[in-house]
Amino acid sequence: MVTLNLAPNIPDPDGFYERLIEAHRGLSDADSALLNARLILLLANQIGDRAILDAALEKAASLPIER
Amino acid sequence: MSSFDYPTYPYRPAPEQLGETAPTSPVIVIGAGPVGLTIAIDLGQRGIPVILLDDDDTVSHGSRAICWSKRTLEIVDRLRLAEPLVERGINWRVGRVFRNDREVYRFDLLPEAGHKLPAFINLQQYHVEQALIEATPETVDLRFRHKVVAICQDADRVELTVETPDGRYTTKARYVVAADGAHSTTRAALGLSFEGRVFDERFLIADVKMKADFPTERWFWFDPPFHRGGSTLLHRQADDIWRIDFQLGPDADPQSERRPDRVLPRLKAMLGPKAEFDLEWVSIYTFRCRRMRRFRHGRIFFAGDSAHQVSPFGARGGNGGIQDVDNLAWKLAAVLGGQASDRLLDSYDDERVPATDENILNSTRSTDFITPKTATSRAFRDAVLSLAEDAPFARALVNSGRLSTPHSYADSPLSTPDSDAFTGGPPPGAPCPDAPITGPDGVSAWLLNQLGGDFALLVFEADPVDTDLRQVRIGGTGGWTDPEGLAAGRYDLRPGTCYLIRPDQHVAARWRYADGATVRRALHRARAAEHSTIETAPMEAR
Ligand SMILES: Cc1cc2nc3c(=O)[nH]c(=O)nc-3n(C[C@H](O)[C@H](O)[C@H](O)COP(=O)(O)OP(=O)(O)OC[C@H]3O[C@@H](n4cnc5c(N)ncnc54)[C@H](O)[C@@H]3O)c2cc1C
Repeated sequence: MVTLNLAPNIPDPDGFYERLIEAHRGLSDADSALLNARLILLLANQIGDRAILDAALEKAASLPIER
Repeated sequence: MSSFDYPTYPYRPAPEQLGETAPTSPVIVIGAGPVGLTIAIDLGQRGIPVILLDDDDTVSHGSRAICWSKRTLEIVDRLRLAEPLVERGINWRVGRVFRNDREVYRFDLLPEAGHKLPAFINLQQYHVEQALIEATPETVDLRFRHKVVAICQDADRVELTVETPDGRYTTKARYVVAADGAHSTTRAALGLSFEGRVFDERFLIADVKMKADFPTERWFWFDPPFHRGGSTLLHRQADDIWRIDFQLGPDADPQSERRPDRVLPRLKAMLGPKAEFDLEWVSIYTFRCRRMRRFRHGRIFFAGDSAHQVSPFGARGGNGGIQDVDNLAWKLAAVLGGQASDRLLDSYDDERVPATDENILNSTRSTDFITPKTATSRAFRDAVLSLAEDAPFARALVNSGRLSTPHSYADSPLSTPDSDAFTGGPPPGAPCPDAPITGPDGVSAWLLNQLGGDFALLVFEADPVDTDLRQVRIGGTGGWTDPEGLAAGRYDLRPGTCYLIRPDQHVAARWRYADGATVRRALHRARAAEHSTIETAPMEAR
């Protein structure tokens, strides 16, 4: 079993978060969905490890859906 | 509309109708589609008399299968019938995928040389069926306009009720192969059903006859300028006929969409206003990815579309069906010939159910990529396509159909697991790869042709093994030579290496060294012999 790294690992978290939101500014929901999908695919390829990807999918899906 | 001249095969009454008492047949095959014809020929060539019943008097109507895979051609070549098909068919191996009007992905299905048969040929299903009908041996009693209307079985035999223009008759068989297609009468008569998915998306098939200079490749478009929002497939067939397949969406009206006034504008938008073409065939289809839970029901075996259906993306329907009967024919022959017990026939399910699941999995994945069901699924699909042009990793995710490849019977009870170390070559259960070899007299041949249609041993640089099996020896005195080293490479051969090959040219077992007793044990296992008989009752193939 791989363990996902859930400890802080992104330098300048506020800066990254801002960049992420900024990338979506002015986009329709459909365009945002496309952007997100591209991002996920690029990052998944960068990770390139099925065990880590599966663990991330599982973690993301396991949290309750709340809005 | 069609330029194909449909043959008509005459109805003839059966001996049973003329008051003769017919003996119980060894095998009756229901349905003379590609699958039924293939098994009838295979059994017939093995010397088993077969009755083949078909409710029609001609070949497949209109346009269905066009792509036949290398493995199918190898199976048909084992029956010595592949060469005319390959000659007549269109040989191809490259596929291109476009988005809008730009290429995003390209694949080559057989990038290496040294195989007798091509990766794929395209040939209309009616041509294939006609060639097979003409090749049925004397041992096959092919009866047109004999429709099976009822079927029942007991422990010893199957009884069929057959309807003809002259009325009904009954006939009996020890085993029945139900190759009667997606709407199988046999399946309905036994009260059996399918499990799996049905898709709503409608597709339009237009086969057109035209002189065009598109290359002989499979071209697939996502969202092309001439058919916004849908996908389109262009593929060449024999006789200057082209298959064009438009995705229409789930709400398209199947009645109006097939009318020429709807079809012609779509074709003109694609081919240009000046293109000259004739419509050969138009149909609207939806598809399913599903199978029966089991394919063996007592003395009745389901094969081809009667047992399973897949979407056409990947050409796995007809090709999968022909692999079903490749698996079944030698087993039926062995049981009828007394070389194996009825148990061997259970392995048809053990082997073909996982093979079918692999076909369904691939075909479902392609279908989900081509026809995304939700906004998110569509976003991912579009993301893949938009990345594919300059990010090579995304090209591997583009799925316009993963074309039929043979299944490897990895967990088969008939296989003897490896006990020696191999770093390559086909493992037990896998189909044998081909390679060019040369005889002592300098004559060139192909390895698969030498392996033939019975159990055989492939032996490398060693003396013959002490067994009655046919042996194909490569290297060593009197053996074949491997001029390019392709056989050695493809089978990971070292001096002494020995493969036991099944009649369907799948590997049963392999060793770095084998003596007669080792081979016999594996042979018994490959024939599903009872454990207790393994040492005491050696039965050799002849
Ligand atoms: C648009 C389209 C494209 C396709 N493309 C491909 C492709 O490129 N490659 C590929 O491999 N597959 C392809 N397929 C699938 C392929 O056509 C089928 O998988 C194939 O025809 C199955 O063969 P079969 O012999 O099992 O059944 P069928 O071809 O359906 O034959 C069944 C036969 O049984 C007869 N029959 C039925 N009921 C009875 C009865 N009660 N008594 C006597 N006879 C009976 C019928 O008349 C028929 O002759 C495609 C299908 C479609 C629709």
